[in-house]
Amino acid sequence: MVRLALWILGALLLGGIVHLSTVLAMPQTAKQDAYSRLAPLTPVNVLTPLAAPTAADAVMPFMDPAFAVAVCRYDLSTGTLKFIAPVSQAYTSVTFYTRNSVAYYAINDRAAGRRTIELDLMTPQQHAQLPEEEGVTAADRLIIDSPSATGLIVLRALAPETGMTPTAQATLARAACRAAPQPQ
Amino acid sequence: MRLFFGSCFTLVLAAIIGLGATWFTLTRGVAFGSLTVGAWTAWPKSGSVDIDPYARASIARTGELPIGTGDGVAFYAHTDDSGNVLDGRCMFSIAGMTPAARYWTLTLYDPQGRLVANVIRRHGFTSAEILREQNGRFVINVGPRARPGNWLPSGGVEQFILVWRLYDTPIGVAARTTKEGPMPAIERKGC
Repeated sequence: MVRLALWILGALLLGGIVHLSTVLAMPQTAKQDAYSRLAPLTPVNVLTPLAAPTAADAVMPFMDPAFAVAVCRYDLSTGTLKFIAPVSQAYTSVTFYTRNSVAYYAINDRAAGRRTIELDLMTPQQHAQLPEEEGVTAADRLIIDSPSATGLIVLRALAPETGMTPTAQATLARAACRAAPQPQ
Repeated sequence: MRLFFGSCFTLVLAAIIGLGATWFTLTRGVAFGSLTVGAWTAWPKSGSVDIDPYARASIARTGELPIGTGDGVAFYAHTDDSGNVLDGRCMFSIAGMTPAARYWTLTLYDPQGRLVANVIRRHGFTSAEILREQNGRFVINVGPRARPGNWLPSGGVEQFILVWRLYDTPIGVAARTTKEGPMPAIERKGC
């Protein structure tokens, strides 16, 4: 009996390790996470509008149908990225996700406080390599440090009423995501 | 020989316990730091770098992108205030007020996060669309058959869930988690 109890205790401990390691490994091994779903639809470093979710088809689950959405799937390995979005009449937000769907930064139009949301995205290494003079004007530039070299920038514009969807989509069409010019 | 069978037994049992616990926690949506008001539950930390490993795993599995903390907060309801499952063949009313937010949206999904097909192609309401009473309160009727006022069709599905998203809101950002209400009450009105 004691022997059996010991075997079961061992199984419980080992089971706990299996449980924790599978939970921790899940983000790295998931085949259907948001990035994988968006990869075939979105070119790298280009802002691409997503189709509105319908009952029959949606790019991702739990998308808010009241929003027009555009995604910039970024890769910072070749240089930094510039992101510019005009503010729509209703509500606009920009959210930055790592490769594993962790939202590490989000800003809305009111917090941006201007008519356009303008951001520079770079890795901490690229940020450290910025020339000193540019650091002085950093207050005017919003620089975001990306924890991972790849990830997603998601721009969302609200259509408060169904008829305003074209306005929200027009906001997305005027936004841009592009590789910043390389310093000489 | 006894050692061999014992080890096999232990390893099989460990695999069942470990994988079973993982499956259970990911399908049930276990995550820490939840914020519950009535039937509504939000996980404000899921939209930040402080997201816990369970929420990370769950998001990786479903493929959704959580709403960022600087953007807003999402409240999920799987039952009404009395604990009844949200059945698409029953009538429910959602009534009351909402916490402070610049905009909100209410959306009806099936449990997998897909929109539910219906004839009028309405999947939710925004704070700008809703018809309100004079004191600012509102009533939304959720059910399979058309209702006057704010009708959110449930398409007769077996089970649905409601997601209330508050945009540009102080909720979830502040450290205090008490006195967050009021969130609207969900009540079953018959089947």
